[in-house]
Amino acid sequence: MSELANGNGLTLEARQVSVRFEGLTAVDSVDETLHQGEILGLIGPNGAGKTTLVNAMTGFQLPAAGEVLLGEKDISKLTPHWIRRHGVARTFQAGRLFREMPVSENVEVAAVSLGLSRRKAHAHAMELLEWLGLADQAEMPAGILPYTDERRVGIARALALSPQFVLLDEPAAGMSDLECDDIMQVVREIPDRFGCGVLLIEHNMRVIMGVCARIHVLDSGKTIARGTPAEVQNDPVVINAYLGHS
Amino acid sequence: MDWPYIFQTAISALSFGSFYALGALGIGLLFSVLRLINFAHGDFITIGGYALIVPSSAVVATLSIGGFHPALLAICIIVLVTVVALLSYFVVFQHVQNSSPATMMIVSFALGYVLQNVIVMIYEGRPKAVNLFPELTGPIQIADGVSVPLLQLVIIAVTWLLLIALVLFFRRTAAGVQMRAAAEDFRMARMLGVRGKRLIALAFILSGSLAGIMSLLFVTQKGVLMYNMGLSIMLFFFIATVIGGMGSLIGAVVGGYAVGIASVVLSAVLPEDVRPFRDACVFLIVIIILLWRPQGLVLTKAARERV
Repeated sequence: MSELANGNGLTLEARQVSVRFEGLTAVDSVDETLHQGEILGLIGPNGAGKTTLVNAMTGFQLPAAGEVLLGEKDISKLTPHWIRRHGVARTFQAGRLFREMPVSENVEVAAVSLGLSRRKAHAHAMELLEWLGLADQAEMPAGILPYTDERRVGIARALALSPQFVLLDEPAAGMSDLECDDIMQVVREIPDRFGCGVLLIEHNMRVIMGVCARIHVLDSGKTIARGTPAEVQNDPVVINAYLGHS
Repeated sequence: MDWPYIFQTAISALSFGSFYALGALGIGLLFSVLRLINFAHGDFITIGGYALIVPSSAVVATLSIGGFHPALLAICIIVLVTVVALLSYFVVFQHVQNSSPATMMIVSFALGYVLQNVIVMIYEGRPKAVNLFPELTGPIQIADGVSVPLLQLVIIAVTWLLLIALVLFFRRTAAGVQMRAAAEDFRMARMLGVRGKRLIALAFILSGSLAGIMSLLFVTQKGVLMYNMGLSIMLFFFIATVIGGMGSLIGAVVGGYAVGIASVVLSAVLPEDVRPFRDACVFLIVIIILLWRPQGLVLTKAARERV
């Protein structure tokens, strides 16, 4: 891979990023820097622009203004394909698995496309699935997995070959408390295990507060707060944003 | 009942079916990753045939590549047709690959007609007799009073070897697993890091090699070259992929065998007077199948969900 892939202390940075859809500003001049080894929470009411920001940071959405920097390089105009190959992976709210392929091959596709041989990719995929507790389902067609397991396969797929950054879009949505505990444990282990920085979008406050060292709060596309879980939880602006919308 | 006749008909049906299955696979490979229905596929096969001979206006053609040692000849033709297929991607299809499937199909029609006209310009439009692999065209006796054309057995054997090779490719290789993923969801595959252009080029290489192999089989069988011979068989390949279920490679094979077997069986059982209209009867069956199963015989899981 490129020189970008091995740098220590690499950052993924949104610098004054704005995204507009036909006059509506979905993301408005947001700044944030994700470091390797940390877990950053991105929260906000529905429609706050969380997924749009992640889209802009992974090449799925061209920002109307601002830059997305991977290290020193502006990647805001590059494709999701390029960005994934250079170490920034993501998951999707809808699992978007290859439904006709076995679970293991869903992960192997990512691994072989990033350069592993078929045999090594299989071993790598099994390791990831085992870690996620999906080893028993490895040979099942992905299409018959329950919704919550789909998301976990999505995580395994994103973490193939240890990206520098991984952006998780609501991995715990629809999960029971017990499953949430599992996913929290998984997310907590990611930085040490893969050496990458994690950006976590999540509605479940227990998950967010439980795993994130710092949190960035969006509302109507704008940053309204940032800080530790305790600071954010007690911030009147944040409380108002959530209450005001509900 | 006349058992030798039934046996011969069965071998003939399998051989026709195999040929159509190979053709349908050539179409299906491109459709699965690119959503391109390549109507120029038949013309790739024609090009492989014409490459065997020296351009001239003579009715009986002088062999060029066709005069080489059989192994070298086969390699030359397969490589040449593969290169033509690959060029068609880089020169033509690459530029429309984000267009709708209908647009791409029309482009492939246009490319097909261009190729046919180039052939006419170089070789002239008259049919040309070609005697390729004469040792394969004779009958071979396999039991007392039962003999079948050797070529039919060769076609069946070649097809099954290729099918096994393709299955191994898709199951065991890194490119194969990526191609299956791309066939299911091309954009998602790219987002995971799959190199789309490389994969599509590989699909053209596979499809082109199949076309090259089919050139050899087809010309040996027919013994004659026509500039538009690819178009007529292409129609059958297309129908085979449609009744098999677009997007399913197993479906393409099933559809190919269905069309081939139906043609041969109809030739055998239809009354003498109706036989010239055999193809019409085949198409009638196709229409009935599609009324019964509009998604084709083999459903992909994705298609099943949409139902």
